[in-house]
Amino acid sequence: MINTIYRLRSPRRFEIAFDELDLSSGVIVRPTHLSICNADQRYYQGTRDIRVLKEKLPMALIHEGIGQVVYDAGGSFNPGDKVVMVPNIPCEDDPYIAENYLRTSKFCGSSADGFLQEYICIEPERLVLLPEGLDPDVAAFTELVSVSVHAVTRFEQIAHARRNDIGVWGDGNLAFITSLLLKKMLPESRIHVFGISREKLSDFSFADSTYLTTDIPEDLQLDHAFECVGGNGSPIAIEQIIDLIRPEGTISILGVSEYPVPVNTRMILEKGLRMFGTSRSGKADFLRTVQLYRDDPEIPMYLSRLVGNTVEINTYPDIKAAFEIDTKKAFGKTILHWNI
Amino acid sequence: MIFAVILAGGTGSRMGVSDTPKQFLEIKGKPILNHTIEKFLPNPRFEKIIVLSPKKWVHHTKEIIRKHTGKTDRVAVIEGGATRNETIMNAIAYIEREFTLDDDTIIVTHDSVRPFVTHRIIEENIEAAIRTGACDTVIPATDTIVESEGVAIAAIPDRRRMYQGQTPQSFKAKMLRDTYMSLSDGEKEILTDAAKILVLKGKTVSLVRGETFNIKITYPYDLKIARSLLEEEIHD
Repeated sequence: MINTIYRLRSPRRFEIAFDELDLSSGVIVRPTHLSICNADQRYYQGTRDIRVLKEKLPMALIHEGIGQVVYDAGGSFNPGDKVVMVPNIPCEDDPYIAENYLRTSKFCGSSADGFLQEYICIEPERLVLLPEGLDPDVAAFTELVSVSVHAVTRFEQIAHARRNDIGVWGDGNLAFITSLLLKKMLPESRIHVFGISREKLSDFSFADSTYLTTDIPEDLQLDHAFECVGGNGSPIAIEQIIDLIRPEGTISILGVSEYPVPVNTRMILEKGLRMFGTSRSGKADFLRTVQLYRDDPEIPMYLSRLVGNTVEINTYPDIKAAFEIDTKKAFGKTILHWNI
Repeated sequence: MIFAVILAGGTGSRMGVSDTPKQFLEIKGKPILNHTIEKFLPNPRFEKIIVLSPKKWVHHTKEIIRKHTGKTDRVAVIEGGATRNETIMNAIAYIEREFTLDDDTIIVTHDSVRPFVTHRIIEENIEAAIRTGACDTVIPATDTIVESEGVAIAAIPDRRRMYQGQTPQSFKAKMLRDTYMSLSDGEKEILTDAAKILVLKGKTVSLVRGETFNIKITYPYDLKIARSLLEEEIHD
């Protein structure tokens, strides 16, 4: 079948391309709700390194999205099934390394075309059935939620068991989701959120406390911390974490920075800290995320606060308009209703 | 019930270079007709995809569907009629014979040589046909349209009100058939497409926005464009 693909050719410039989909292999999914990620914006605005842009473009963006199964020659899914698509594509099995860290894995919207397509041909193993009644605008950014679930899962495996006070640095989407999931997955822990916007922090009503990074109580100490800041804010966030964290605490790094970040290694050594990166997610994280949606309806309810702009995509220029709208948002996710 | 009606009745006379009807010419190793059928196949709303082919090509049509698209019981190949509208009437007769034809039966009729039709266009056709009874897929005219008897310009209509017709054209099948049967032979002679059946009788045919790339592969030039579209990108 001829498939229409909407690729970013160069910053702020999309193009239409066509490809042939093989109906006899994989599952054909019609995307219905997509969500723009900061990583997509870095390609769209051309803020990635010029060599990266040259190597990766043209490419269809978007790796957060849900859809409806329209055709499955293999019979694993039924037409009409609502599914979330896992953008990570592992190319090998490894008993020790998770699929999202294997250098051979591909990722939609980074090393393979993303979901800005008329139809997606995807392996059945890369699909997870969504619960009935889940708000599709929330489900659209399940991938981002699964990244936080992955981070908390890794934390559970790595961090020592004293988890009384956990700090989350950041007041954006990832910090919101991570602190919400920490509260839900580790209900005994006190979750403290550190940000720069009082207005944004007021949305973190589920947290035990929120602080402006300029106004942190002197006696506050943490067992573990999550850095969800990235960009230019990374160095100061990591510095504050190292100052406040107790010995042998863990620091989970989730924020993406385009540039190397200086770190106070002397204090890492003195306190015996463990700092580890977490990036993207795998199928198991999607399954756990969807199970959390099922088990605790409060989670999708809280997440609905992140639904910012919803944009109807009926024509090709609507895609660009949606990305422009997204550049102006202060908080929340831009959701695309994919009618094209 | 909703049916796709793929009109593969063309005999290829305008293609010039070949006796093979244009719907059987290949793009990327697959007949154009298969590409077109496959745009309808994934849509679960279609009860059946009815392909209408000239009598002597019916067997060949079945063969290429089996060979290139695979065995599917969702596609039926039947014989077309002498004209485009007689072909559509054959499809409606088939529906009445094999299924049920009632006031809500929808047909989405589509040229077999427009393989770049999109999911949105098909969906909007179905919705418009349900809502208004009939629709036509169009794009705004980009060239100035000149009206003439063939010698000199008679009129230059306002381009802002001009559209180029594409397909699908979708209808409530029973209403279309009943209206067609009510036309005189003279009226039938001036029909160029199915939408005109209803326009002649003053019935509403709503518009669905098409796409510039939803091209009809009519001439060798179109075939070259279609082949290059599958290889290259369209820049904005």
